[in-house]
Amino acid sequence: MTNTPDTLPPGKIGRRKAAMLPEQPPQLWRSVKARKSYDVIIVGGGGHGLATAYYLAKNHGLSNIAVLEKGWLAGGNTARNTTIIRSNYLWDESAAIYEHSLKLWETLEEDLGYEMFFSQRGVLTLAHSVSDVRSKRRSFYANALNGIDCEWLTPAEVKKLVPIINISEDVRYPVHGATYQPRGGIAKHDWVAWGYAKAASDLGVDIIQGTEVTGFNIQNHKVQGVQTSQGDIAAGKVALVAAGHSSILANLAGFSIPIQSRPLQALVSPLYEQVLNTVVMSGAVHVYVSQAHKGELVMGAGTDAFNSYAQRGSFHVIEHQLAAALELFPIFSRAKVLRTWGGIVDIAPDASPIIGLTPVENLFINTGWGTGGFKATPGSGWLMAHTIAHGSPHELNRPFALDRFITGHLIDEHGAAGVAH
Amino acid sequence: MLYIPCPHCGLCNETEFHYGAEAGVAYPDPNALTDSEWAKYLHIRANPKGWFAERWVHFAGCGRWFNLWRNTITHEIGLAYLPFTTQPKAPGNTGQEGSRA
Repeated sequence: MTNTPDTLPPGKIGRRKAAMLPEQPPQLWRSVKARKSYDVIIVGGGGHGLATAYYLAKNHGLSNIAVLEKGWLAGGNTARNTTIIRSNYLWDESAAIYEHSLKLWETLEEDLGYEMFFSQRGVLTLAHSVSDVRSKRRSFYANALNGIDCEWLTPAEVKKLVPIINISEDVRYPVHGATYQPRGGIAKHDWVAWGYAKAASDLGVDIIQGTEVTGFNIQNHKVQGVQTSQGDIAAGKVALVAAGHSSILANLAGFSIPIQSRPLQALVSPLYEQVLNTVVMSGAVHVYVSQAHKGELVMGAGTDAFNSYAQRGSFHVIEHQLAAALELFPIFSRAKVLRTWGGIVDIAPDASPIIGLTPVENLFINTGWGTGGFKATPGSGWLMAHTIAHGSPHELNRPFALDRFITGHLIDEHGAAGVAH
Repeated sequence: MLYIPCPHCGLCNETEFHYGAEAGVAYPDPNALTDSEWAKYLHIRANPKGWFAERWVHFAGCGRWFNLWRNTITHEIGLAYLPFTTQPKAPGNTGQEGSRA
């Protein structure tokens, strides 16, 4: 970093804030060895899996539950996203499921007794062309009809909300307007996982890391347990909540799912003074940015075009993302990139999740959250727990069943979900 | 950035290509299929962890489709081959552990 005046100042505020982070308890979850048998085994120890375990214990009174994680807790997409939370989706089914999740976020810290820096700083989604304006206004009206908080902002109103944004007309992608969801925001993603892990563990859930599921014991189309790198474990019910590897697990259980796995990248800058107090997304130019509590700029890119399990993406995708970010925010031109990373997202043909039953009895699946699963963490866990406990889906996730690809009742959210999360 | 061997133009940057997912999916007779078989043709594509035979089109070059072996863990590139020709064997033994059941 140079000392030229137009360089962003290093974040003194950021460092003060970091010092103010609450202390962690000495132990977040119990360290246990896997037992021989469980009522429910959840495959995948990310946010969605841990939330599923927590709500199974809290809402449905189960406690003989294990969460199996092949790596370390929340080391996959839970730690690799840009933490954006919103519910302004186009279709009724999506609006309902994401709004349910947003409502859970609003009381989650109290519910878990654990701080996770949930901050409703608003989410702005920019429109850059005539057709973009039409589709965003369509979303805006759809949100209004579904009772979801949403505003339409002119470029001048956007500028008032985000003073550092460039709204001049003579750029490649001028800002023609934006939708704004004031209740949207961000949270501290690893703390979300830790909060769920602690609360689930306190209710008796066993969290077992470093244990990979390598197969399933299935008799008469009914799951009996899982084979793991640490030996077989019997289970009454099994839930696959392993984004990035859902197809692999489904194939091990003998069925196919309409999922393709792609890299999705993001990056952060060093800590800077606060210059951005809301979340800004632009699907058209493939960038979304917020400034985290400590002061780092967090930016997400688009997915890579090809299937991959490598947890890294192509440089040209990052380049494209930063070019767009610099046009929107010229002040970022002197900011540095501290770190980039990739996660593997499971994408369904209609860019909507799959939550529900599978062709194997007592085996459930939760996948396809694509590029936007973080915001759904509480709702996804809540609904998955309901589905597992009752053996049938809740009204909110019934439309997101695997059989929608046979009936043709797709929930096409490419517009709202396609890239920008 | 991948360097992709177009069978017609040689090695080119990935940004000159579009992706077409699984190679060798035959077009079925829609009238002969049940709804679930049709759904399988329409929506389900292999998503293996390891070597994958996939389609690419060189839109910024010759504009033609071809098939390519590529490893989805390491991003190694294997052989490129033309559609409707015999598929060469997958390179190495990393296998198709997640290929369609």
